Amino acid sequence: MGELNLVVLVKPVPDPSCYDRIEIDPATGALLRQGMPAVLNPADKHALEEALVLKERFGGRVAMVSMAPDSASETLMEGLAMGADEACILSDRAFAGSDSLATSRVLAAGIRKIGPFDLVLAGNESADGGTAHVPSQVGELLGVAHLANVIRMEVGPGGSVTARTRIENGYIEVRGSLPMVVGVRREINTPRYTSLMGVMAAQGKPIRVWRSEDLGVNAAEAGMEGSGMRPGKLSRPDYRRKGEILKGSHEETVRRIVAILRAEGVLG
Amino acid sequence: MPDRKRALWAVAEQTRGKLASVTPEVLGQARRLAAEAGGCEVAAILLGKDVGALANDLLACGADKVFLVEDPALELYQNDTYGTVLHRLIRREQPEVVLFGATAVGEELAPTVAARLGTGLGAHCTNLALAPDGLLTMGVLGFGGRLHTEMFCPDRRPQMASVKPGMFPPLPREEGNGEILREEASALLSGADIRIRTVRIVKEEPEGMPLEDADVIVAGGWGIGGKENWRLLTELARELSGATGCTRPALDEGWTDGEHTMIGTSGKTVRPKVYLGFGISGSPHHTVGIKDAGVIISINSDPRAPVFECSDYCVEADFRKILPLLLSEIRRAKVPA
Ligand SMILES: Cc1cc2nc3c(=O)[nH]c(=O)nc-3n(C[C@H](O)[C@H](O)[C@H](O)COP(=O)(O)OP(=O)(O)OC[C@H]3O[C@@H](n4cnc5c(N)ncnc54)[C@H](O)[C@@H]3O)c2cc1C
Ligand SMILES: Nc1ncnc2c1ncn2[C@@H]1O[C@H](COP(=O)(O)O)[C@@H](O)[C@H]1O
Repeated sequence: MGELNLVVLVKPVPDPSCYDRIEIDPATGALLRQGMPAVLNPADKHALEEALVLKERFGGRVAMVSMAPDSASETLMEGLAMGADEACILSDRAFAGSDSLATSRVLAAGIRKIGPFDLVLAGNESADGGTAHVPSQVGELLGVAHLANVIRMEVGPGGSVTARTRIENGYIEVRGSLPMVVGVRREINTPRYTSLMGVMAAQGKPIRVWRSEDLGVNAAEAGMEGSGMRPGKLSRPDYRRKGEILKGSHEETVRRIVAILRAEGVLG
Repeated sequence: MPDRKRALWAVAEQTRGKLASVTPEVLGQARRLAAEAGGCEVAAILLGKDVGALANDLLACGADKVFLVEDPALELYQNDTYGTVLHRLIRREQPEVVLFGATAVGEELAPTVAARLGTGLGAHCTNLALAPDGLLTMGVLGFGGRLHTEMFCPDRRPQMASVKPGMFPPLPREEGNGEILREEASALLSGADIRIRTVRIVKEEPEGMPLEDADVIVAGGWGIGGKENWRLLTELARELSGATGCTRPALDEGWTDGEHTMIGTSGKTVRPKVYLGFGISGSPHHTVGIKDAGVIISINSDPRAPVFECSDYCVEADFRKILPLLLSEIRRAKVPA
């Protein structure tokens, strides 16, 4: 088989280590994201790593595609530094409010615009809103085979694919062939670090920005209008509890714990 | 469809003739929603090969009706075959609501079918409500459990949602006298574009008590520091006839038996009577999985650990001091006086 045209779907998300700082604007009821730096969605780095390994083996190109505001270019630099060849940002006001299916329509249009593809890799789910819908829905919209929860994948020389997908307490082994869309879980590999060389090389790589007219996506297909799902009220669940500190010596503390266990009726 | 009852569907999941534990939970929710809105009928959809015996279980779990689709081609789950059958059945019957369990399989099948139908889908819902006019409220958690959002699908049908496993208790079983409708599988599958073949499904039921069934969970985090110390945790769990759980770093270090022991947004949601956490910092990704626990006791050497905020009892100490003492105190307490 010849070289591979690889596409990786990457989404900039607010840094997952900041999620206990989530605030809701009391006036507007909207989410406040200030002070939460954007990073590449963690699962997407595993998708990119898998693509880079395939490129090393078969040759070809790795294009990242992201539906995100123009400012995402900063975050996408990390992917370029890891080794992706180019990045395409699908950015338009008309895309705001897209649910997973509308997002998938925009992404599918972006993938088609890049050209023929062999394999589209995505993270299995995004850390912020995390529906885990996009890989399957992009696959449906592109009309090709798709798999979610991929934890192992081998591409044969003739374009055959064997893969394992994670299920509860086990896995499913499947066979298919390219073209395909896969959503990968973090078990699949360990993403490489960026090197200084990589960071320097990234500066010269193309970042394209495409609007809805470039993609041929009309208003009825994307954004609020193109979405079945509408968000309602946001709230911050309160998980706080009484937080009584057990004071005293270790022995006393342990006796208190045993007393609690007995009171709850779990001491056999 | 003015004089037809609104239908709420629950897509059943089975592997090798065994229902997934989430399926009765989903049916219980459908039943509850049907009662909430009134005038609804609950149907379960069951796909597989030689799975007819499970149809009665589905009636016992709350279904009024079971659509049974049996075919050798449906023996092993695969999204093209299962997706095609479900899509065609839904288009023909036009249910108002379709619910899936948010298992690995449900997580793939639900968006596949929703894309074919061009409708909305709520992911991993943690609460559901159905208004008398038929509008479904889907409560979902985002940002590692720190944000709750209500979602609606006002203009498209059906309204689809996946339900997070472990969130909802199943109904008590009641021998049902509903109907079982056998569907012609070959018609539903005809012309399906099957692009992937499932070779096999491997399941290894883990040893020991599942976290979901345990009255006591002894959980450990990164602070445990190594496999040697981890043994003490398992010993404590065994002494309390409970189960051992973990955070993601502890899983990644290979201290635990595997993925099925992880608690949190990407792991399990548990509701033990007592949860004891050792060396766990209290990241939202983990604590959202224990929000429904009866009593939460946390042991952490850092008095500022965020986990203390969402604990009932806080022990500010080195777990290495507490754990051995606790083990011997429990052993002593269990000896009849
Ligand atoms: C998308 C995403 C999904 C995730 N999903 C999950 C999930 O489902 N479940 C999950 O658990 N995590 C998940 N995580 C990871 C999560 O964000 C945290 O990193 C993780 O929960 C922290 O685990 P920890 O508390 O064991 O470790 P740490 O945060 O490192 O905390 C260790 C604690 O041990 C204490 N300690 C150290 N030594 C001792 C001692 N001798 N005695 C007592 N205490 C001691 C320390 O004070 C510290 O508080 C996810 C992360 C991401 C990005
Ligand atoms: N806006 C987006 N731009 C690019 N990729 C996305 C976007 N949203 C989701 N994805 C991809 O789809 C995966 C699953 O996302 P989700 O369905 O949102 O949980 C992510 O890990 C990304 O690979």
